[in-house]
Amino acid sequence: MTEYKTVFGSLTNYEKGGVEAINDSPQNYVFSNLFEVASRAKPWEKVAVAKNMEYVIEAIRAEGVSPWRIAAHDEFALVMDGQVTIDLLDPDSVTANPTSTGSVAVDGEPSGRKMGQIVAKRGHMSLLPANRCYRMSARDASVVLLQTILGPDTLQRWPDICQRH
Amino acid sequence: MSTSQLPEVKSTEPNEQGYRSYSLGEFTFRRDEHFAHIDWPTGRHVMAVEPFLKALMRDIAWNFFYGTVNFDSVIGTVNHYGDVDLFAGRFNEDYRKAEIDHLENFPHDEIKATFEAMLGDWVNESFDPFAAPQETGSAYGDKSGNNMAAVTRTRVTAKRMIGMPDDELLRSDESGYTVNRMFADVDQSEPEVKVEPGYEKEVSAFSLFKYLSRSDVTWNPSVVSVCKDSLYCPTTEEFILPIIHGNDRVEWFIQLSDEIIWEVADRETGRPRANVVMKAGDCAAMPADIRHQGFSPKRSMLLVWENNSAALPGMIARGETPNVPVEF
Ligand SMILES: [Fe+2]
Repeated sequence: MTEYKTVFGSLTNYEKGGVEAINDSPQNYVFSNLFEVASRAKPWEKVAVAKNMEYVIEAIRAEGVSPWRIAAHDEFALVMDGQVTIDLLDPDSVTANPTSTGSVAVDGEPSGRKMGQIVAKRGHMSLLPANRCYRMSARDASVVLLQTILGPDTLQRWPDICQRH
Repeated sequence: MSTSQLPEVKSTEPNEQGYRSYSLGEFTFRRDEHFAHIDWPTGRHVMAVEPFLKALMRDIAWNFFYGTVNFDSVIGTVNHYGDVDLFAGRFNEDYRKAEIDHLENFPHDEIKATFEAMLGDWVNESFDPFAAPQETGSAYGDKSGNNMAAVTRTRVTAKRMIGMPDDELLRSDESGYTVNRMFADVDQSEPEVKVEPGYEKEVSAFSLFKYLSRSDVTWNPSVVSVCKDSLYCPTTEEFILPIIHGNDRVEWFIQLSDEIIWEVADRETGRPRANVVMKAGDCAAMPADIRHQGFSPKRSMLLVWENNSAALPGMIARGETPNVPVEF
């Protein structure tokens, strides 16, 4: 009987598929690989790998300690490779502009109440609750896929990351 | 809605094989041992009953989904979110040319009630239309019992995120969701979550991969996390997507594990446009003017990402937003 092996990707080991066009342009499929994107990114860069109107999914190379960030809406972090620690803080004075989208960096060390800590490995999904501060850290280079909305720090590098022909 | 207002289902007494026939407007549906027969005033169509029931199951479970659900190259539905088109040959270039295509619009509740009755009657005891081929009995033969438990599964739709208080439950052996044979090697650990008192409703994490490894269904995108209209709808895939999905908006795929090959064709005509091979970590958009069908050699984890905004189909139809999500 077949012994099944589930294939996940990682920063150092991924295989890429692609668009085989018949009567179309491959660019229409905005095809990229999130491990390739993260492997070429600087730590904590938020590179969009999917976009649908104002909504985005960002591939983030998690390595070292991120700045604290805050968003006016929920975001969801899915670890795709490695291990990431997420600290959550209920801030005293830092707020997110209620009409803003995406997250913004918070200067320095915000004061507030500790809410908790999550240690997430590959396949683990965490809520980053609206209007709370979060900080991620990863000892070794890891990858986070973030469900969020286009924000001031979202990087759109489509010509660099996508299959063009 | 009170019972007296439930839409009428038009059906016959059981035939020789034990199955009722159903009609919707001028369409009729009947089944025998092997086939579903669909007739309309200008034409007829026959489908093997197994793929027919698997397609019917998705159409109902997804509430007619986004856009077009093609059962095959002839039969299908178009969701208008309140009412639904049932069509034959509408998205088939040659049926259109021959003018034998047919389309009727029905109130959502009427077509849903008829489809549900048909599925309930036509699915036998040993058949599960959601299961992978090697995990179900046969769909064929004379009527023998029913499988209401399988055909009335409710679709998982998280309000905020799976596993949170007052939200959809995690899966475990105890809750009857065992690890699928093809995901036996998937890590079953959950994240470590430390919560300070008072923040139980906000500090939350779960293993999505464990959750998916325990899915008992295939090709059934279910909502696990919600960021306004941005819905993560991951699903486990094995064998062939039982419908050919015609988009009325852009949809995205993020391949989480293993591999799926997508056949992409023009939404209107069915003419081939591309094959898209997706491996773990690959991200690809399905444009708003195509139809697509996936083939998954091994059970795989696919993140389907939808934008649930009700404004989108109209904006695309009026040309206010392009068929592709990004132009570069
Ligand atoms: Fe689809």
